Amino acid sequence: MCATCGCGDDAGTRVSDLDGTVHDILPAAAAPHEHPHDHEHEHEHPHDHGHPHDDEHGHPRPQSPGTADAGHSPAAQGRTLISLEENLLAKNDLLAARNRGWLEGRGIQAFNVMSSPGAGKTTLLVRTIRELAGALDIGVIEGDQETSLDADRIRSTGRPVIQINTGAGCHLDAGMLQRALGALDPVPGSTLFIENVGNLVCPALFDLGESARVVVISVTEGDDKPQKYPHMFLAADLVIINKADLLPYVEFDVERCVRQARLLNPGVDVLTLSATTGDGMDGWLEWIRKNPHPAAAAAGSAPRSGGLRV
Amino acid sequence: MHELSITQSLVEAVLDRTGGRSVTGVNLRIGPLSGVLPDAVRFCFEVVSADTPLAGATLTIDESEGRARCRSCRDEFVLEDMFLLCPCGSADVEVVSGRELLVTSVEVA
Repeated sequence: MCATCGCGDDAGTRVSDLDGTVHDILPAAAAPHEHPHDHEHEHEHPHDHGHPHDDEHGHPRPQSPGTADAGHSPAAQGRTLISLEENLLAKNDLLAARNRGWLEGRGIQAFNVMSSPGAGKTTLLVRTIRELAGALDIGVIEGDQETSLDADRIRSTGRPVIQINTGAGCHLDAGMLQRALGALDPVPGSTLFIENVGNLVCPALFDLGESARVVVISVTEGDDKPQKYPHMFLAADLVIINKADLLPYVEFDVERCVRQARLLNPGVDVLTLSATTGDGMDGWLEWIRKNPHPAAAAAGSAPRSGGLRV
Repeated sequence: MHELSITQSLVEAVLDRTGGRSVTGVNLRIGPLSGVLPDAVRFCFEVVSADTPLAGATLTIDESEGRARCRSCRDEFVLEDMFLLCPCGSADVEVVSGRELLVTSVEVA
C-alpha cells in the first residue's frame, strides 16, 4: 500500500500477460508517482478556518494559476489562494485521449462493454468471437476485481486476452487500459473488446479511449435499469438487452426499457438478443461491422468525457 | 465507489501544483449531473489526504445547481434528475449547468 495517499493495497491492480501469468502488482494509481515530502509535519500555528470561502465560488479568478491573491483574506492571514479550475477527471481523460490516439493510429476499433455483474458480457463475447472467427481479428481485455475466470473462457476460443484484476477497484480507468494495451499488443486493424468490471455505476464516468460504449442489461434484471442508473445509459452508444430467451418467464417490458433509455439518450441504438441461444446475434454482428475502424473513420471519433455528454 | 479514485486524482492534481507546501483549504465545485456524490468525496478526502500536505485541509464543496434551457419554449428550469425534460413536455433541452466536477482553487499556508 502506498503509505502516502493510501492508493492501492495488497490487492492492487494486476495485469496478466498473454499466457495468463500475472507479473505486475503495481496499483495503477501508484505506478510511478511521487509525493513531495520536503515539508515538516509540525503545524505549530493554529489552523483556524474561520474566514468564509464564499467569495471564491462561482467565478474563476482572473490571475494566472500560481499567482498570489494579494488583498484577499487568505493572503491577509499569510495564506495564498491558488486558482486551479481543473476537472477532477482531467488526468484520466488525458490518458484516455492518449489511448484513443494509440488505437486510432493502429486502426483498431475498441468497444468498452459494461453491465452489472452476471448480465452476460463474457457469454456474449465468447459467442461473438466464435461467430466472427475468420472475419475479424479479435482481442479481449478482461476487467474483474479478482480471478482470471473470464479471461480463461476467452482464451479457450484461441483469441489473445489480457486479464486486469482491479483488486479493490470497482471500474477500469484509462491508466489500466494503457498498461493492458501494452501487454496485449493488438495487431493493427484488429477489433478489441474491453469487458469492464461488472458495475452499472462507476465505469460510466471513466473514459478509456474506446471508440464506442456498449451497455448490456439482461431481462432478469428488470426494465427500470435506465431510470435507476442514468449515467450508464447516458454514456452508451449501444444498449443490448440480453437473455431474451427468458422473456416468457420474467416481467420485463422491452418497449418500456427502450423508451426510458431513449428518454435519457435519444440517439442510442438498442438490440434485443440471447447470447445463449444465438437469437438476435445477427443484429449485433452487423452493428460491429457497421462501426468503422478508426483508420476508415478518420476524424469521426470525437473524444468524450466520462458520462458527461448527452 | 468511484469517488475514492476521483478523490485520489484530486489530491494528486493539487500536489502537482502546490509541491510540498502545506494546503489549508481545497475548494471544489460538483454539479448534480456530474455522477459524483459530494458526501462521498468528503468521506474519501479525509482518508486519502492523510499524511500528505493536504492533511487537515478544509474541504469546501460548492454544490452547484443543475439548470437547463428549453429550445421549444425558451424557458430556463432547474434539473431535478438526469431525465432532460422541460415542464412544457419538450425533451429538446440544453444543459446550462450541473455537470461541473472541478477543483476551483486551493489555499496554501
